[in-house]
Amino acid sequence: MSAARSETLRAEARADLARLRARYPAQFRTDRAPRLRVVVIVCAVIGLAGFGAWQFEMSPARIFNGLGRLGTFAVLMLPPSPEGQFWAFLHALGETLGIAFLGTLTAAILAFPVALLAARNVVPNPFAHFAVRRGLDVMRSVDVLIWALIWINVVGLGPFAGMLAIACSDFGAFGKLFSEAIETCDRRPGEGVVASGGSALHRIRFGLIPGVLPVLASQVLYFFESNTRSATIIGIVGAGGIGQYLTELIRVLELKQVAFLVLMILATVAAIDWVSTRLRRAIIGPAAR
Amino acid sequence: MRGLTPLPPEREAALSGLYAAASGAARRRTLASFAVVAVLALLAGLAAEVRPLVFAENIGKFTAYLAQIWPPVGLEHPLEDVRAWYWGLPKWLALLGETVLIAYLGTLLGGLAGFALSFVAAANLVRSPIVRFLAKRFLEVCRTIPDVVFALLFVIAFGLGPMVGVLALAVHTTGALGKLFSEVVENIDMRPVEGLSASGASWIETVRFAVLPQVLSNFASYALLRFEINVRGAAVLGFVGAGGIGQEFLAAIRNFYYADVSAILGLIILTVICIDLATEQVRHRLTGSEEAR
Repeated sequence: MSAARSETLRAEARADLARLRARYPAQFRTDRAPRLRVVVIVCAVIGLAGFGAWQFEMSPARIFNGLGRLGTFAVLMLPPSPEGQFWAFLHALGETLGIAFLGTLTAAILAFPVALLAARNVVPNPFAHFAVRRGLDVMRSVDVLIWALIWINVVGLGPFAGMLAIACSDFGAFGKLFSEAIETCDRRPGEGVVASGGSALHRIRFGLIPGVLPVLASQVLYFFESNTRSATIIGIVGAGGIGQYLTELIRVLELKQVAFLVLMILATVAAIDWVSTRLRRAIIGPAAR
Repeated sequence: MRGLTPLPPEREAALSGLYAAASGAARRRTLASFAVVAVLALLAGLAAEVRPLVFAENIGKFTAYLAQIWPPVGLEHPLEDVRAWYWGLPKWLALLGETVLIAYLGTLLGGLAGFALSFVAAANLVRSPIVRFLAKRFLEVCRTIPDVVFALLFVIAFGLGPMVGVLALAVHTTGALGKLFSEVVENIDMRPVEGLSASGASWIETVRFAVLPQVLSNFASYALLRFEINVRGAAVLGFVGAGGIGQEFLAAIRNFYYADVSAILGLIILTVICIDLATEQVRHRLTGSEEAR
């Protein structure tokens, strides 16, 4: 209905454009300054991109040659088949899931008390707040693969190093997210607990934790999902999981098996996505009501 | 203060019984979920070959490693020490610049592809469910396969070098940003579109003046967030030969050049934190200008 009405209005406006232009000159004037700013920004973005392309020798010929080879790879990938290694792949996938689950869980359990320290409304000391935040930033800015390399030196090759790597890099991320969630939570329940004679500890236990726990749980689930993706690559440096097979098989161009592995990963991630969406809804639901 | 009037005993017994039942059910549910998580953790521990004893035994190695890579800077002549520690600074800075440039190009190309695909995947703009389904699945595949895996494949197809890093990041970014962008497009307010159409605008003008202003600041904000993630990712893409500082860092770790490890790691962390802070400022300004409207 409204679409039809806007169509007739539009036809009228089109017929009357010259008079409209004369009557409302301010609306038809171009704003030079913002337009100039947009042009400058776009030129800068394109200029930097051009510089990068030149620097990296991204000539069209190179790209087309590579694309041709990728096309050959795509043909070689069909049909995806495990070629007798199905059980080995499944075991590696289980390892990957174990790494992701335990890494996320460890990070969450360790990050929770630290997040309380980093939250302004729990520990009002600005120095503690600043120090903890920067420490978390440092842990967060080191990539999982780098953590894996460090932990391999400590506990040797294998999935245990991968789990520790995920735990370390997530610890930083969780610390930040958790402390933000705690800072934005409703302060009235805590005030109520204090007003009826509760101690500071009671305030945290009964006024704060029930409010933030569903939010934190949903963030942990979200990270479990994304960690399953990152746990698939951790094997590239020798820290266990399906990445080890993936790297070796890509290097020797066993592309049918590679395609099968990728399909397995896609199916697993989709399944986890489905389960965690359900769980998140179940957890968040009662709190939102 | 006056004492509370006690309830009649039978009423109190009934109420406390109800309370015990209610809190008991909640407690049982909590315990049950704890038990499930514990069992899952145990299974995951078996799968991931967690060896707490090895960990306890070797935790000394971790501190020893940290001590080894600790900057070799003394108090007697700190300036000379720092200069010796960062002996490769010009080379490392160039590689770091390359890393940031890889992340920039990857984010830009991936962002443009995601921008184009997001309109195809948005439910309010594309009627055909088949096209939408295909676009969504394509984005999902791009998103789920990690950038390092793309880099491994592309290294074979395109040869070693930073171009591979750009393409790998671009494909992964297409998936990640395409999904976020399409969600933004699905949530736009349709009234400006009708308004512009009613005042005589063509379809392109409508998109330009009614759709784009609504989504652009969100798009830019997501793209900046992705850029930050991609800088972190580009720093390790060199592990598989896709350019940037990763190769140098991997060599330092594998060859036990302890001072180099801490020097390069320090540079990476510094860069990531700087970019983190800068993009946060820009994003706050973007979302701020949107709220002010």
